[in-house]
Amino acid sequence: MIPILGIPPQALFGQLLIGLINGSFYALLSLGLAVIFGLLNIINFTHGAQYMMGAFTAWFLLQYVGLGYWWALLIAPIAVGLFGILLERTMLKRLYQLDHLYGLLLTFGLALIIQGLFRNQYGSSGLPYAIPAQLQGGQNLGFMFLPNYRAWVIGFSLVVCLGTWYVVERTRLGSYLRAATENPTLVQAFGINVPRMITLTYGFGVGLAALAGVMAAPIYQVNPLMGGDLIIVVFAVVVIGGMGSIMGSIVTGFGLGVVEGLTKVFYPEASNTVIFVIMALVLLVKPAGLFGRAQ
Amino acid sequence: MTRAGLGHQGIAFAVMVAFFAVAPFFVYPVFLMKALCFGLFACAFNLLIGYVGLLSFGHAAFLGSAGYVTAHVAKVWGWPPEAAIVAGVAAAAVLGLAIGALAIRRQGIYFAMTTLALAQMIYFFCLQAPFTHGEDGIQAVPRGRLFGILDLSHTLTLYFVVLAIFLAGFLVIYRTIHSPFGQVLKAIRENEPRAISLGYKADQYKLMAFVLSTALVGLAGGTKALVFQLASLTDVHWTMSGEVVLMTLLGGLGTVFGPVVGAFIVIALENYLAQLGAWVTVVQGAIFVVCVLTFRRGVVGELARLIRRPL
Repeated sequence: MIPILGIPPQALFGQLLIGLINGSFYALLSLGLAVIFGLLNIINFTHGAQYMMGAFTAWFLLQYVGLGYWWALLIAPIAVGLFGILLERTMLKRLYQLDHLYGLLLTFGLALIIQGLFRNQYGSSGLPYAIPAQLQGGQNLGFMFLPNYRAWVIGFSLVVCLGTWYVVERTRLGSYLRAATENPTLVQAFGINVPRMITLTYGFGVGLAALAGVMAAPIYQVNPLMGGDLIIVVFAVVVIGGMGSIMGSIVTGFGLGVVEGLTKVFYPEASNTVIFVIMALVLLVKPAGLFGRAQ
Repeated sequence: MTRAGLGHQGIAFAVMVAFFAVAPFFVYPVFLMKALCFGLFACAFNLLIGYVGLLSFGHAAFLGSAGYVTAHVAKVWGWPPEAAIVAGVAAAAVLGLAIGALAIRRQGIYFAMTTLALAQMIYFFCLQAPFTHGEDGIQAVPRGRLFGILDLSHTLTLYFVVLAIFLAGFLVIYRTIHSPFGQVLKAIRENEPRAISLGYKADQYKLMAFVLSTALVGLAGGTKALVFQLASLTDVHWTMSGEVVLMTLLGGLGTVFGPVVGAFIVIALENYLAQLGAWVTVVQGAIFVVCVLTFRRGVVGELARLIRRPL
């Protein structure tokens, strides 16, 4: 096999694959953040904790109820989404009249509580979660070995992302959503129940985070701290992409995952920081973000 | 600012100084020094959130970096404590200039996310850079003799030096808030487009406030490194950025004395809850939630409302 730029292709494509996997999670999480921010004007700091709750729900279902991965993929987003709706109804809705910063502070506090509780119960070492039987093994593509589960994660998150894009940008429901983002008062005057829409939107965004958590469970371990650091990277992704566009979030998420993967190949020391460096550069060149509108 | 208001703040200041002057004879001085360092940290943070309306979620980067620089020059290069602290302040100010210049290009919620992300970058730098010694941190930092005269290894001497540093920083902030410069900052907080239309270069003012704040955070960080003779990753981690937000919120955003009170309460709480492990995080989170939902003025803010005077 011919090395590319002095790098063996197995290593190159292997890291590219990891990059795409991470990119899937960045895309799913930043998509949820963008949808929530659009309607609620709140940056959901609890997003990382809700991603972790998704992974834990999958683990609970397997451990105590005996329901496997496929059920978890359905049940976890609904369960965690309902939990999100509960938070929105009881706490977040009191903050809509206030400065946006209070929403950030409240969700930060909630994230601390959730992560602290899970850490007390399950420590911080991580619990294993097996890859479902149907997706074990992998394909030899000639130039690299592609594990089936990883192919599934990339494919499925692409489908979910594009599905969300279709619903928001191309359906009647999505047009209500976009209208309410622009001017909630006017949309409410047309007889649309905006508060309910806000609640459901939050539940949906949180559900996306939980879905990402279930998909992450077999790759990374199920760990109370799995969302804490990830959410900061996702914030950087959101700053780079700008939250104005759904497609922007998806493209930025996958793109940055790939860039991060490639950095691991060519200059591993910078792989942790490359996304933040890109963020600094984007802020210098185009402060509103790659896909954002100037405020 | 009315004369009566100044009078109340003068009394409050006198009470605070008297308390800290007497306290080391009754309370463990190292605990008090920790509270003083965090009090200055929170006051410097409050300068931004309370008076310019900028929520920096990355202030740990400045605290930790200043700590590392102070510890490094004091231990490896053998600098005396006053020079080591100045080096820490300078490092934090330069870093503040770089991060501030980037972050003020975005407003509101994006500003918070940007500072958080850039601070995370500093964290990874500190994790990997050889001079910080990674997980071990820089240990056994010598306290040295201040100006070659005062032996800082004596706890009470060190305490009063730390108190002097804290009061100096506090007065700088107080003076800043009540200066014409501070009035412009408040104008920008209230209505940025209007301040710009009046001819103030809002971005320059914001950047100056940011650098001033980070330099003072550096003062707190450098002092803290000498007090604990340690500079570690804890001080650069984002949880520390969250902690300073908590202290300021609990004490009262935009109050002069609130951050000191908030820092004191949070440090005391951590001291008592230290055996409980992760419960500390849960309690901190709960305080956040309660403060945001029902107690947005904070302890000092509520007190000020009771006596109808700004504190």
